[in-house]
Amino acid sequence: MKIAVLLKRVPDLVEDLVVDASGKALDADEVKLTLNEFDDHALEEALLLKESVGASVAAIALEGEDVDKMLFTALAKGADQAIKVTGVAPVERNLQLARVFAKVVEEGGYDLLLTGVQATDDRDGQVGAMVAALLERPFVSVVTSVLPEGEGVKILKEYAGGVMAEFEVSLPSVLGIQAARQAPRYAPVSKVRQVQQDSTLETVDCGAAEGMPGMSVVVMTPPERGEGAQMLDSVEEVIEVLASKGVI
Amino acid sequence: MNPEYRVTASRPREKRQAYVEKEDVVIEGIDISGTWNRMYEPREIFDYDTTQMDRLTALEGAESMGWCYQCAQCVPACPVDNAGGDYGPRKVFRRLQLGMDLFDHSDLWLCTTCMNCLRVCPKEVDMIKIMPAARAAAVLDGKVPGELQEMFQKVAEYGNPMGESARKRVRWTKGLDVDIRILPKEKEASPVEVLWFVGDFYAYHQRGIDAAQAMARVFSRLGVDFGILGVDERCDGDSQRLAGEPGLFEELAQHNIEQFAKYDFQKIVVSGPHAYNAIKNEYPALGGTYDVEHYTQFLAARLDEVTAKLKGTFEKKVTFHDPCYLGRHNGEYEAPRQVLAAVPGVEMIEMYRCRQQGYCCGGGGGGMWLDGTAADRQVERLSENRVKEAVEVGAEVLAVCCPYEVSRFEDAVKSTNNEGRLEVLDIIEILDQCMESA
Repeated sequence: MKIAVLLKRVPDLVEDLVVDASGKALDADEVKLTLNEFDDHALEEALLLKESVGASVAAIALEGEDVDKMLFTALAKGADQAIKVTGVAPVERNLQLARVFAKVVEEGGYDLLLTGVQATDDRDGQVGAMVAALLERPFVSVVTSVLPEGEGVKILKEYAGGVMAEFEVSLPSVLGIQAARQAPRYAPVSKVRQVQQDSTLETVDCGAAEGMPGMSVVVMTPPERGEGAQMLDSVEEVIEVLASKGVI
Repeated sequence: MNPEYRVTASRPREKRQAYVEKEDVVIEGIDISGTWNRMYEPREIFDYDTTQMDRLTALEGAESMGWCYQCAQCVPACPVDNAGGDYGPRKVFRRLQLGMDLFDHSDLWLCTTCMNCLRVCPKEVDMIKIMPAARAAAVLDGKVPGELQEMFQKVAEYGNPMGESARKRVRWTKGLDVDIRILPKEKEASPVEVLWFVGDFYAYHQRGIDAAQAMARVFSRLGVDFGILGVDERCDGDSQRLAGEPGLFEELAQHNIEQFAKYDFQKIVVSGPHAYNAIKNEYPALGGTYDVEHYTQFLAARLDEVTAKLKGTFEKKVTFHDPCYLGRHNGEYEAPRQVLAAVPGVEMIEMYRCRQQGYCCGGGGGGMWLDGTAADRQVERLSENRVKEAVEVGAEVLAVCCPYEVSRFEDAVKSTNNEGRLEVLDIIEILDQCMESA
C-alpha cells in the first residue's frame, strides 16, 4: 500500500492573531506558522498503518517558511518519502491546491491519501474532498481509525453526538482524518538532525496554479472582547446580585 | 508493577543454588573442612540471565549500573523510595537481574537525578549518567510518557516547557517600575556587568513572575548594571537533557550560546539551579564558557550592600530547602543561608535532611513533567514529604531558591492540609519585601 499525507502549515494560536492594515487578512509579520494539528494526526494514522501492514508513507507539502524542517520531522517520525511541491504560489483557492495535489497523488501512484479533516486557518475541509472528486475516488471524512481490511481499509467515522460508523473503503481512496488512534508521536531532535544529514527532500515543480473565480474576504475582525465576569465568593453575594437584577 | 520484579520477595527454595558442604577439604595443604567451605561453590548470582543488564550497560554513560554489589546504601537515601516509591538504584539492579526491561518500565522515569544515591554509593553507580542514557534510548525508540513528550514538544516548538509564545517571554516586565535593559532591543548594546538569565518559570509562571519582578527590584535598588536576553532567551535545556532528549538540549544550548556571544558582559547570573548547572557544567563542551553565578551567590558576595538596603524585618521561623542542583550537584550550601541570615528578624531552623543530605522536591531530571507517572508508583509526592518535614520542624516559611519549587511546594502545602500553616517564598521575595518596607 502506498500512502500519501498532505501537510499544511497554519497560524499558531499560541500567538495573538492580528488583522493587518487591509482589514482582510492576518498580519503575516505577527503570525508564527505551525503544522496543522489534524494533518499531524493524519500522518500518525498513516504511520500506524505502515507499522501494521508494511505500507510506504509519503509526506507532501507546498513549499514555504519552515516547510523543510516539517518534512524532515515527518521522515524522522517514520515517513519513507518527503515531497516538497514548488512553483505553485500564490494559491488563492482550495480548488487550485486540490488540482496540484491531485496531480502529485496520481503521478506518484498512491493508493490512499490522508489529509487532516480540515486546516485550522480556512476551516474549509475541502482539499481532500476535491482531490477525491478530481481523481474520481471515494472520500470519507471525520475518520478516527484506519485499519487494513482485505484489499482496502476498514475505517471508523464519527457522526454528531458521538455516533460511530464502520466503513469498508476500497482503494484507491481519500480520507479526512479527525484524530489518529493515538497521540501523534514525537521526533527527538537528534533524530531529526540525523535525517537532515542523511536524507533529501524530493521536489516536484507543478508550475503556477491557474487562477480561479470565486470568493474573496471582504473584512476580517478579531473576536470581540466581552465585558468579563465577576467572581462571587459566597451564597449571600449570589442572592444579593440576583435580587438586584429583580430575578428573586 | 509486575510482582515478578518485587525485590523483597525471596526466591523459592527449590530454585536456590544448593550449596555443598564437604566434610573434608584440603587446599594447598591446609584443612578447611567445615560448613563455611560452601563459598567455593557457584553462588546464586550466576543463575541470572544478564541480557537486560547487558542491554543497559552497553549504553555510553550507563556502564556503572553493572558495578552495583547490592549493599543497599542507596535505598534509604533515595527520595523516591522515601515517598513510598519502592524504588532505588539497588532495586533497579535487582530487577534487571530478574529480567526487567528498563526501557519499557516505569522505573525508568522515577529518578529525579537528585544525586543522593551517588553520595553514599561505595561503587559509584552513577544514576545521573545512567538514567539520561537509558531515557535517551527509550525516547529514540518512541517509548516516552505522554506528559513528558508533551513537554519536549512544547520546548522544541516554543523554547519553553509551558508552550507559551516566545514573544511573550518579556511580558513579566510590563508594569514594573524598574528600568530593565532588554539587550536585543538596543541598537548597539553597550557593555553590561550582569547578564541575567531569567529562565522559563520566572518568565512565564505566575509565582515565578512574582520572583522575577522581585529580583528586578532588588537588582535595581542595589544599583546592579544588568540586562536580559528578552525574547531571544530559551529554556536552558538541562531538565530536557536529563529526561532523555540530549538533541533538544544541544539545540537550546547552542541557541543560548549564540545569543550570549552578541553581548559584552562580565558574568551571567541565573535565577535557577538547573540553568546554573547547565551553563556551568554542560555549556562549555558546546563552546560556551562563562563566569556564572546563582543569584544567591551573587548576592552573598555583596552582602554588605544587601544588608544596607534591608530596612524592614521578617520576624518568622524560616527553613531553607537545598535545591539538589545547587547543593549536591554544585556544592553550594552556604550562599542561600548567608543571604537569609542577613535578613533582620529571620529565625533560621534547619530541617533534618539538609545540605549534603537535602531531600529532593521531585522536580529534577524531568520530574516536573512526570507527575502522573510518578503518582502511579508513589504513596505521596516528594514535595509533600518535604512540606511535612518543614511543618514538623516548626517552620512558618519554607524558603526556596529554585524556580521549580515555589509552585511544587505551594501545591504540596494545600494537598497536605497545611494551608495557613506554612508559606512558600523564594528567597528573593523575602529580600524584596524587606527592602520595600523600608
